[in-house]
Amino acid sequence: MKTHVRYLCVMLIFVFMVAALSGCATPSIRALEMNESQVKLRSMQTRAFDTTDKKLMMQTVISTMQDLDFVIDKADFTLGSVTGSKFLGQAVVTMTVTVRSRGEKQLLVRINAQYGVKSVEDPVTYQDFFTSLEKAMFLTAQQVD
Amino acid sequence: MKRIVDFLKRISLICFCLGLVGCVSIPTGFLKPNEGYLQNRELQMRQYDTTDQGKIMTSVAGVLQDLGFTLDASETDVGFVAASKKADATNAGQVFFMALLGGRRAVEQCDSAQVVKVSVITKPSLDSKKTVVRVTFQRIVWNKINQINRVETLADPMIYQKFYDSLSKSIFLEAQKI
Repeated sequence: MKTHVRYLCVMLIFVFMVAALSGCATPSIRALEMNESQVKLRSMQTRAFDTTDKKLMMQTVISTMQDLDFVIDKADFTLGSVTGSKFLGQAVVTMTVTVRSRGEKQLLVRINAQYGVKSVEDPVTYQDFFTSLEKAMFLTAQQVD
Repeated sequence: MKRIVDFLKRISLICFCLGLVGCVSIPTGFLKPNEGYLQNRELQMRQYDTTDQGKIMTSVAGVLQDLGFTLDASETDVGFVAASKKADATNAGQVFFMALLGGRRAVEQCDSAQVVKVSVITKPSLDSKKTVVRVTFQRIVWNKINQINRVETLADPMIYQKFYDSLSKSIFLEAQKI
């Protein structure tokens, strides 16, 4: 009997430890949480294109998002932002793309994607989008330092 | 032998705990177009022999209203319109089968209401002599106890055909100023 109780206690402690280790920070802290370093995140989310046609770029971005089954929720020409969402299994993927000028000859495209409540921090996923965008624009996406 | 069984028990408990508190990983490759995207494009896109994007936009908004949609957002500078519409999603056949199989509880799981979301983008064609219109429809379906049953992009050619038939008529009417 005694060994059983001890066993149970040890196991309970273990469970709590696991829960604590992988556990939750409070939501208020999580609102501004960033896992990757800001520079790294920015570089994987941003590419420069050799064009100044912001309107065409935005239209191509929207078209590329539609190719990927996104439904466009909002777009703003002044801000250069496009927001869309799509459903993947049980989660919603939301994506915001911003287009702004960089110098005289280039446009900077930045994308942010969120999967459910988590932000996507996988460079390959972002690269997939830029590959499609490159094809649609007939231009090369350039890495920005 | 007993020690091995104990060990296995512990391991399974650990796995169980990790599973409970652990992370749902983000799938990769969801920003890559799937194989059927060119067909979808064909289904969702039409070209009109005009360069007047403003006229097309007005017609699109008119058609969406004709089809009972409410406009949610628009940005004329980029040629974008988004709209949505609530509709009944009850399927008599589904209700009958679920009732037959599982009674009242199962009937509650049946489709009940849906919101259809539509986004339209117009842009000049590659040679800048025509205007390309592209529309996508998506729907969210709720069951009778207000849970989301499923979310899908509509791929039924009939819906797109109906939209473009109405749009062609509307553009004609606009041109004739009726």
